[in-house]
Amino acid sequence: MATAHKGFTLTIVVCAGLWGASARSASLSTQGSGQVPAPTFGIGHTPSPDRLKQIDIDVTPDGAGLLPGSGTAAKGKDVFTRRCETCHGPTGTEGPQETLAGGKGSLATAKPLKTVGSYWPYATTLWDYINRAMPFDHPSTLTADEVYSATAYVLFLNGIVGDQDVLDQTTLPKIQMPNRNGFVSDPRPDVPLKKK
Amino acid sequence: MQQGRFRSRRWFLGFGAAWSAALVACRGKSDPPASAEPRALGAAVSPYGSRSKYEKTARFFNQNTKVPLEEASSRTPLHDTYGIITPSSLHFERHHSGVPEIDPAQHTLVIHGLVDRPLEFSVDELKRLPSVSRIHFLECSGNSGGEWRGGSTESDVQRIHGLTSCSEWTGVPVATLLHECGVHADATWVLAEGADAGKHDRSIPMKKIMGDALVVYGQNGEPLRPEQGYPLRLLLPGWEGNANVKWLRRLKVMNQPAMSREETSKYTDLMPDGTARQFTFDLEAKSIITRPSGGDRLVAGTFCELTGIAWTGRGTIVSVELTTDGGATWEKAHLQTPVLPIAHTRFRFPWKWDGKETIIASRCTDDTGYTQPPLPELIKVRGMNSQYHNNGIQAWKVASDGTITNGNRA
Repeated sequence: MATAHKGFTLTIVVCAGLWGASARSASLSTQGSGQVPAPTFGIGHTPSPDRLKQIDIDVTPDGAGLLPGSGTAAKGKDVFTRRCETCHGPTGTEGPQETLAGGKGSLATAKPLKTVGSYWPYATTLWDYINRAMPFDHPSTLTADEVYSATAYVLFLNGIVGDQDVLDQTTLPKIQMPNRNGFVSDPRPDVPLKKK
Repeated sequence: MQQGRFRSRRWFLGFGAAWSAALVACRGKSDPPASAEPRALGAAVSPYGSRSKYEKTARFFNQNTKVPLEEASSRTPLHDTYGIITPSSLHFERHHSGVPEIDPAQHTLVIHGLVDRPLEFSVDELKRLPSVSRIHFLECSGNSGGEWRGGSTESDVQRIHGLTSCSEWTGVPVATLLHECGVHADATWVLAEGADAGKHDRSIPMKKIMGDALVVYGQNGEPLRPEQGYPLRLLLPGWEGNANVKWLRRLKVMNQPAMSREETSKYTDLMPDGTARQFTFDLEAKSIITRPSGGDRLVAGTFCELTGIAWTGRGTIVSVELTTDGGATWEKAHLQTPVLPIAHTRFRFPWKWDGKETIIASRCTDDTGYTQPPLPELIKVRGMNSQYHNNGIQAWKVASDGTITNGNRA
């Protein structure tokens, strides 16, 4: 019981510290990896390398996280027909679900059409989303090559790559999306207008 | 409707026939039901309670849509929920690939990336860590989105604004967990990812994560409901619902946002000049009269309390003003305690409709000094295509026959 009581007291002290000063936590984290404070509670275990590999699936704009493999739009047409067309239509514009192509120049009009070509800022996002979440009813069932090819085909439908261009870990992150510079940071509160 | 008048102190307390009659007045019905108290023995005790068979209030979702119901939304019946807490069964839903069935004994939360010590926690291990309980609203940033085109034809508060709910959440501060892992100095963002079929993911700035963010396992005193992320979810008080990742399986500490689909092609606010605002996380002050509201019918000359909810993602509501004359005059409503930060706040206002056509509406102010704007003011700055983050004033139109409809278009 004495041990349990001691642990309880420690808990209270640490909690108070965390609640009282998120700034303190932030300053702790800025001391550099060599001086990171020791754990307080000792709860939790180190995930196995296999577990990390299994779940560490995200891809960033620099291409980190892309799996080995490659694909082209020419190969992607087959993947798209088999796995994507039912929802997105033969050319990604017929629906019934999300329109994937077209909409170029529409964003500043009364009827904007937000598609991969007109709106998405990064090609890596398309690869990541197809890889993690598509097809809608069978996510994570495409091979890496199929993901590259489906990505290439959607970009081809938007006139961003040619049908023989090879997409892989090196070439995909280099694709410049048309709306790459179309995003701004949050200026709110904007209404009522900020007092100057 | 004679009972609708002030007759005794019991009326103020909200008990008895007078109160029932006042509610009926809002619905435009008249005869109070005859007393039918049961004389036989009632039902025995039971392991898990459920509501009276006479209560049918439910979440609303559109079944006649091309959107698969696994990625649809269902809306809280704001007209028929009281106080500030939303019953868990009526909490709004918005899923992106359905509600997964997760065995908590098999589920873990992994924290990795720019940390000294990657850690994996079981649900039971998380519950052993110092926890907190907090009452916070959760609102989808697409809530009220149909009004962006200058008012919609939707006519009731559930369909227009039902993507907000408020619960008591219990969990562990994410700062506690990151402290256990030892965060590197160059860490600026944390990617949160769910265990649902589509592995929903959002990038969250480190400042919020180390501030009031929680890994939640409890909702209104019991484990999270599957629709709200059982067994674990991220809670970012005051931030758009989509970022509060459900079925949380992973937090990855990073030095950049992942630029996931949900934070680029979706949940970004398109402006009239064609640029889009990104990472518009916090929800601005908002209020709505929930009762009476669209679909109700008033009876002239009878009392009908105006009540509703106000909330802000930036702090605490300090006042709610109501107009019953189309905006010519505004009067302060009573704020019912407790008035909590980043929580639904219940307001009340005594009223007797005089039988003339009018517009009723509420507007709130939070402790940053921000006042909820009229919808046309928002549209003037953001246009009609920004889709998300509509916190404009909701106008309800009272016709001369007492029927109430959406007045935003008027």
